[in-house]
Amino acid sequence: MSTAILTRPLAAIGRPVLAGLASVGRMALFTITVISHIFRPPWYPREFAHAVMTIGWYSLPVVGLTALFTGGALALQIYDGSSRFSAEAAVPSIVAIGMARELGPVLGGLMVAARVASSIAAEIGTMKVTEQIDALVTLSTNPIKYLAVPRVLAATLTVPVLVAVGDAIGIMGGWIVGVNRLDFNSAAYLKNTIDFLEVADVASGVAKGAVFGFLVALMGCYYGMTSGRGAQGVGRATKLAVVAASVLILGSNYLLTELFFSA
Amino acid sequence: MIRLDNVHKAFGDKRVLRGVTLTVPKGESMVIIGGSGTGKSVTLKCILGLAKPDSGTITLDGVNVEEGDHDAFLARFGMLFQGAALFDSLTVWQNVAFRLLRGRLKRSKEEARDIAIEKLRRVGLTPETADLFPAELSGGMQKRVGLARAIAADPEVIFFDEPTTGLDPIMAGVINDLIREIVVEMGATAMTITHDMTSVRAIADDVAMLHDGVIKWSGTVAEMDSCDDPFVQQFIHGSAEGPIEAVR
Repeated sequence: MSTAILTRPLAAIGRPVLAGLASVGRMALFTITVISHIFRPPWYPREFAHAVMTIGWYSLPVVGLTALFTGGALALQIYDGSSRFSAEAAVPSIVAIGMARELGPVLGGLMVAARVASSIAAEIGTMKVTEQIDALVTLSTNPIKYLAVPRVLAATLTVPVLVAVGDAIGIMGGWIVGVNRLDFNSAAYLKNTIDFLEVADVASGVAKGAVFGFLVALMGCYYGMTSGRGAQGVGRATKLAVVAASVLILGSNYLLTELFFSA
Repeated sequence: MIRLDNVHKAFGDKRVLRGVTLTVPKGESMVIIGGSGTGKSVTLKCILGLAKPDSGTITLDGVNVEEGDHDAFLARFGMLFQGAALFDSLTVWQNVAFRLLRGRLKRSKEEARDIAIEKLRRVGLTPETADLFPAELSGGMQKRVGLARAIAADPEVIFFDEPTTGLDPIMAGVINDLIREIVVEMGATAMTITHDMTSVRAIADDVAMLHDGVIKWSGTVAEMDSCDDPFVQQFIHGSAEGPIEAVR
């Protein structure tokens, strides 16, 4: 009796911890399986091309708008802060470096997570619920190869491009606000931007984009393929995909920043 | 010939199959009947490798289904799913020709499309439906497309999972007749799971009753009607009274 009183709280703690570890293990195995299938035929170029369009091209408006407004807001904030110690001239370079190294990839990644991880999880989850994934297997087609690999590969390759485009649009947003609102000289603003922005700034942001793209598509596919039954199961899978992708983006962003900072 | 020998399968604490033993002779049409949740679909999934049995063996023509090239094994099968399970993003002909557009049975796009249209015609659909998307079809038409996909690669074994569920009686009759015709015409081994007794009489050579995870009874359609097994009699007459609990 007394033993049960002692072990019950421990069991209550241990159960979710074990479940969490099992979930991490399943996710790790899924990741390894997806990566291994990237290098093994058959490949599905048509599905890959379709994924490039839906993940990359169709995400451009939302990523572009996010970057445009962020660049503009960043210019205003930095101008306000830097004017306290008469360093307004630093606005163009800080906007450019901030967009390229941090805000471009992180906000772009989060927007893609909201748009893409949710749609992948909902689509694959619905396919699971309606037995389409079982149908793929009976038609001698590996669902991971056919559904996950093209999406993960497409996101890993297109999100860096989205980040680069987002960087340019964000810098343009800062330039628009700088020239029209903060009375910067247009040529001087652009010269300041170009002079202080280094290749490493852009490259580190683009590299982050590749990692974020991989994580977003991976979470969408994982939660879609492990979706529960019915509308509630698909809804839960969609929510978990977005939450997991967002948390992983923020976590990996810190780790990557540490890595680039130490290099 | 498909043979299941003492197959067990549990999901967590729930023991779905508790020792299924069944033989489906080559070229015969076997229908498995039984109430909802008795393990009919799980039985089919175990044969196809969609679910792994906890114990017992399943063989196709004497070869264990878990051994050898699984793709080659699946290439011998066709399956009509309960909800048709058509791929929403593909057109009707691409669904039907899915297997013919990739993998070991790959044909040219033109040839695959021609075969798909021929199979659509076989199930009573016009070539005009070929370029529609599944969402544009009625439930009965989707089932027919699913049937066309199941027979597209001329399989040796065809599985039908609740082929008439959700259809009106006339469409259900059309699908039953089509299944029977196609199975006879192709000489395929067929395995159907259903609780629709009209389907049983239209499709079956042999019938097996699955209850509580085991085969309670098996025999021909004629024997089914005259047998004195209380489980079978309750099921075929749809009676609330009998050994099968109405509320499970």
